[in-house]
Amino acid sequence: MYIVIGGGGQVGFYLTKELLDQNHEVLLLDKDARRVKQLSEELGASVARGDACEVRVLEEYGCDRAEVVIAVTGDDEDNLVICQIAKLRFKVKKTIARVNNPRNRRLFKKLGIDTTVSPTSSILSVIESQIPHHTLVHLAELNRAGLGLVEVMVPQDSTINGQTIRSLDLPMSVNIVLIIRGDEKITPQGDSVIRDDDHIFALTTNEGASALRAIILGESEESETEQLTEEV
Amino acid sequence: MNIVIVGCGRVGATLASRLSQQKNTITIIDLDDDAFRRLDKSFRGETLIGDGTDQEILRRAGIEDAQAFVAVTNGDNRNIMAAQIAQHIFHTPTVVCRIYDPKREEIYRALGLTVISPTTIGAESILEKLHEATQAATAQSR
Repeated sequence: MYIVIGGGGQVGFYLTKELLDQNHEVLLLDKDARRVKQLSEELGASVARGDACEVRVLEEYGCDRAEVVIAVTGDDEDNLVICQIAKLRFKVKKTIARVNNPRNRRLFKKLGIDTTVSPTSSILSVIESQIPHHTLVHLAELNRAGLGLVEVMVPQDSTINGQTIRSLDLPMSVNIVLIIRGDEKITPQGDSVIRDDDHIFALTTNEGASALRAIILGESEESETEQLTEEV
Repeated sequence: MNIVIVGCGRVGATLASRLSQQKNTITIIDLDDDAFRRLDKSFRGETLIGDGTDQEILRRAGIEDAQAFVAVTNGDNRNIMAAQIAQHIFHTPTVVCRIYDPKREEIYRALGLTVISPTTIGAESILEKLHEATQAATAQSR
């Protein structure tokens, strides 16, 4: 694949290296001449000087034949424009943007950016899942299916201890895919029994996640973790 | 009208001052406190220090009640992002955006943004003046 990356910071640099190792054709663009000189010592011709949000630059580097354009500068507005130009002017099939402010993800999605990666959100998920007795954590998103992978921990003295999955009467949008009990990995079936302290992993929509959380915790659908999670 | 302006440079400040004189309710946002010094003494609106691409700041500036939003920071991309936030998140009725780069001007105008490009306007005005001047010169020499 031919991949164009805008933003020669640490992320851009390591991303380029990894993609080159995987035998893709990569071009990394950065505005700063000195940075480009530095980068070219390791990346050679795979790095060039230019502003990835200038149409002229993208044209010069054959953006129209790129399968993916990735914007990883430190500024959300630059990443937005790089991806929009790639999509609108050069019809690039897949655009990926780094979004520094998690609250901007909704805007980027609305404007047709295929994939957004928020380092803040990723790290937040990891932290949340480390909190003992955490409630529901969003681990990953499957963009195209509108589904996310979530982890819910069954609390101690829960109302559902001893119930089967079938009897929980979960909505159709919730698919439990794995239960971890201590060191044990359980493949869930309808008659699998839920116990306190189980870690339940499910593929679900956002609404499904709220419903799942409510059922597991035996409470109404208001949740404190709503501040930590964000709209997809 | 309630109007939110992002960017208190020369254009932003002039706009804000004029609109305020015309009895509109103005809130102007800028990252730099000093920028507000450009405002006319007659300015009766609100100033807000902050990033005009931050939805929280825009809310605090009253964008939810605004009839118009103007993005005139010195960065094309910031203007583009702020304008699209106003358009798609807050559904502000009138959104105007300054984009210096003529190529980006084209792309975003096609997306339905109201765009002013001083580059294009400036070049065209000058071309017109040159044309007039050469015509006058040719007429004189006859």
